[in-house]
Amino acid sequence: MSGFDFDLIVEYLPDFWRGAKATIFYSLTSLALAVAIGMFMALCRISHVALLRWLARGYIDAIRGTPALIQIFFVYFGMPAFGVNLSAPTAAVVALGINSGGYLAEIFRAGIMGVDRGQTEAGRSLGMSYGQTMWRITLPQAALLVVPPAAGEFTNLVKGTSLLSTISVAELTRVAQQIVGVTFRPIEAYVAIGVVYYCLNAVIAQGAVWLERSLRRSQGLE
Amino acid sequence: MPEPVIRIKNLRKSFGDNEVLRGINLEIEAGETLVVIGPSGSGKSTLLRCTNYLEVPTSGSVEVDGVPFALPNVSRRVQERHLNKMRAQVGMVFQRFNLFPHKTALANVMEGLLAVRQMGRAEAENRATEMLERVGLSDKLNAYPAQLSGGQQQRVAITRALVMEPKVMLFDEATSALDPELIEEVLMVMRQLANEGMTMIVVTHEMDFARDVAREVMFMDDGVIVEKAPPEEMFSSPKHERTRSFLRKILRSS
Repeated sequence: MSGFDFDLIVEYLPDFWRGAKATIFYSLTSLALAVAIGMFMALCRISHVALLRWLARGYIDAIRGTPALIQIFFVYFGMPAFGVNLSAPTAAVVALGINSGGYLAEIFRAGIMGVDRGQTEAGRSLGMSYGQTMWRITLPQAALLVVPPAAGEFTNLVKGTSLLSTISVAELTRVAQQIVGVTFRPIEAYVAIGVVYYCLNAVIAQGAVWLERSLRRSQGLE
Repeated sequence: MPEPVIRIKNLRKSFGDNEVLRGINLEIEAGETLVVIGPSGSGKSTLLRCTNYLEVPTSGSVEVDGVPFALPNVSRRVQERHLNKMRAQVGMVFQRFNLFPHKTALANVMEGLLAVRQMGRAEAENRATEMLERVGLSDKLNAYPAQLSGGQQQRVAITRALVMEPKVMLFDEATSALDPELIEEVLMVMRQLANEGMTMIVVTHEMDFARDVAREVMFMDDGVIVEKAPPEEMFSSPKHERTRSFLRKILRSS
């Protein structure tokens, strides 16, 4: 019972694989929700309607000011008090999406603000509406600025899925805990999933590099 | 009396406590080229930007062909839509070009036709190509702004505004950001436009352009029109001391 037992990892490979698939699934679905929320909140944050600005500001402050774990508990254990019963997987996606959306909102806003004001003026001077200018001129340019920090946030999201183990979602961390519960060997299981998390995030980092390059190319910058 | 293309009445504009335009009255007739000169901070750029409501005036009115930008007693939505329609009739050329960097020269020129005029892609492309050929850029259709010289970029920007068939073109120091050897190619396009009868308001420091092309030259200082006269008169016998001292400085340096 000493040293590092590789055979143990091999033995539980199917379980790790199941956990990894779940982690990827929760990461991608939460990301989709987070992007939608983040985009909406970013636009609210810069709206000329004061109410929308305050709403977005309050949302972003609340999300960034409280732990993700508490938010997950709130959605899963707290919402039933308001008559909303969500299954663990649904609560998981909702909670992580809401959480990550708060961070993405500020990243998106920074991207939009980072586009030269003259671009908006050029669009408006042609007679384009606010919406047209945003959609056709500002956002495509903001996308380029947003990719690196958004990839960082996606990495946080992937790591954040480990918190879902606390509401019994069978993702990687939960799977590792179960294996440890049977084998009483924490090192192997936690190192194994640590490597998996690392690899997932390495893929994201490389993906971000590719995405940025292809955006730059499609915009004639390379 | 024909209706002036642009009529500006009692225009005032403040930024906070700073009043930049202090009561401007101005009419521009069809086919006229008005050159606006004056020291920096005199309000000439702000005047142009108010002329297409990129800046909303603090008070006073701006009309294009007798139609005011600001409608009385309408909802925000109606006013916004009206502004978009009005702006499409006023072409603007910026000092820093402000081309869309993520679009080719051709796509830059097509943008207004597609988004605002709702023109079909094929027709817009033909129209944009034709217009770019006219300013000597037929070999740069698929170049991105970053691949063009400043002079070429500004010619694309002029074409982008022109293709909308505006009733008036506003030039906000269109050659000030250019290297000296690139200025002439842009001025040539502007001269040609004036000769074709385009109505233009041109803010510039190019006094030769003013002398050759302007119907009238207007000197602004401190948010007011100091004087306005045909170029020969303005340059040979300006009435006001402020105009004289400005012209002395600017003509000596060129």
